[in-house]
Amino acid sequence: MTLTSGAHPVQQRADEGEFSVRIEHVVKQFTADGPIVLDDVSLDVRPGEFVSLVGASGCGKSTLLNLIARLDTQTSGTIETLGAPTLMFQEAALFPWLTAGRNVELALRFSNVPRSERKARAQELLALVHLERSYDQRPHELSGGMRQRVAIARALAQGRSILLMDEPFAALDAITRDFLHEELTRIWLETGMTIIFVTHNVREAVRLSQRVLLMSSRPGRIINEWNIGGHKPWRLDSPDVAHLASEITDELRKEIIRHAN
Amino acid sequence: MPTDEQISAEVRPSDLSQLEAGLDALETGGRQGPSVKTLFARALSPLIAIGVIIIIWQIIFYLQLQPDYVIPGPRQVWDALANQAEQQILWQSTLNSIRRAAQGFIIAVIIATPIGLALGLNSKLRAVFGPILTGLQVLPSVAWVPAAIIWFGLSDATIYTVILLGAVPSIANGLIAGMDQIPPIYLRVGQILGAKGLPRAWRIVLPASWPGYLAGLEQGWAFAWRSLMAAELIAVSPALGPGLGQMLDTGRTLGDMALVLGSIGMIMAVGILVERVVFSPLRQRTLRNRGLIR
Repeated sequence: MTLTSGAHPVQQRADEGEFSVRIEHVVKQFTADGPIVLDDVSLDVRPGEFVSLVGASGCGKSTLLNLIARLDTQTSGTIETLGAPTLMFQEAALFPWLTAGRNVELALRFSNVPRSERKARAQELLALVHLERSYDQRPHELSGGMRQRVAIARALAQGRSILLMDEPFAALDAITRDFLHEELTRIWLETGMTIIFVTHNVREAVRLSQRVLLMSSRPGRIINEWNIGGHKPWRLDSPDVAHLASEITDELRKEIIRHAN
Repeated sequence: MPTDEQISAEVRPSDLSQLEAGLDALETGGRQGPSVKTLFARALSPLIAIGVIIIIWQIIFYLQLQPDYVIPGPRQVWDALANQAEQQILWQSTLNSIRRAAQGFIIAVIIATPIGLALGLNSKLRAVFGPILTGLQVLPSVAWVPAAIIWFGLSDATIYTVILLGAVPSIANGLIAGMDQIPPIYLRVGQILGAKGLPRAWRIVLPASWPGYLAGLEQGWAFAWRSLMAAELIAVSPALGPGLGQMLDTGRTLGDMALVLGSIGMIMAVGILVERVVFSPLRQRTLRNRGLIR
């Protein structure tokens, strides 16, 4: 499948009952008498869906990803996932003692891929992110965008069907980010993964995802939702992106202003 | 001139990978390691200090501030060592001492690494045993020589006991310090990758703590070498065979200041050599691989 084919993964929409991630009435407090970080959050994500969570600082969007990834546990409520998810961060967090290829191989090892298959598989995964020539390079020899692509390859190496991304492109320059948006869409279309993408960049969310969820801050709640059609990714400078992004940004600003009083 | 429509045309996947390749090329490269000349200069620079020290020493010797048997000149010390070399004692002693220190050091690494990992991973164990480890590290291991002689007599066991008590705490504490400095994100990635138990310790925790661990190993080696010299100096017996410590003790017994200084010089020379040949390259390689130096 290619970018220009205009494929709509949405068309293979699952039955209403089917979900990849199901979050029901989740509440999170870090301490018993501390502030409520997430307040009664419920969310269903369909298999193969690309959902973005946007919100200002303190809306608990990263906390929610950590809960889904089971790096932390909720105070109450339930989170079900169809298989274990994998998680990417703002930093690529590649291990600096390993080459790019070895970083991917390590993920394969922990996913119980037999030794004999690891190298070839790691090369395939690096080729998928156009880094087949960087197999023997160390993380510090790669640019920020290249490191993040290796991190994508490493996440894919785990063979999980759910990819959680915590502001993965926030630290990159605009040109690189633009390319990575297109790369991510291509990989999403090729793999059919479910992606939950956290960002505070509204345009990024609109451009990439099929559904954008706006979260309020302190306590974190999902307060609005936009379904977005069309094939992905939209061009960043397309009028549709600009229009929808400004609508969402207005809501986001209202939410932020609420905290001024 | 391209029209507006051409400019806003969709980027094709093949263009995408080419654009990306171009971007990758622009953002990387243009770096290279130090040249052979720089490496050579770096290896030779300590010789300058040695040269300066010998010149100052020679000047003091010429001034005749003290009689020759108190401050011998470089030439006399050289002759004393040459004399030992002729009797086959110098190289036997040096190699024997290096062999003992190296064996003791390897055993120390094997013992200290699981201890360090256990204390670094388990805060309860650390609260209980950490202070003892630090206490052992502060205690000069030469303090163990009398005890070791009473337990094991004048035997190799005595010497190895003292080496281990000197090196194990340093290595274990270095590893623990290295583990404390692991960026938490690496451990989170490890958790996401599904790393647990021994594979986690071996594939993630140990390499992540390697810079601190290496510093501990280096200090552990220094302690092993010092402890060995102390043990050899005190536990002198024909049964133990030659060693640099024994050579130093022979100098003392004979009142041969040239041999004493020569032995001290050899002990230092071995220390510098091991640092230059083993630890310095390891450290450089580690830092360069991780992008901490060019």
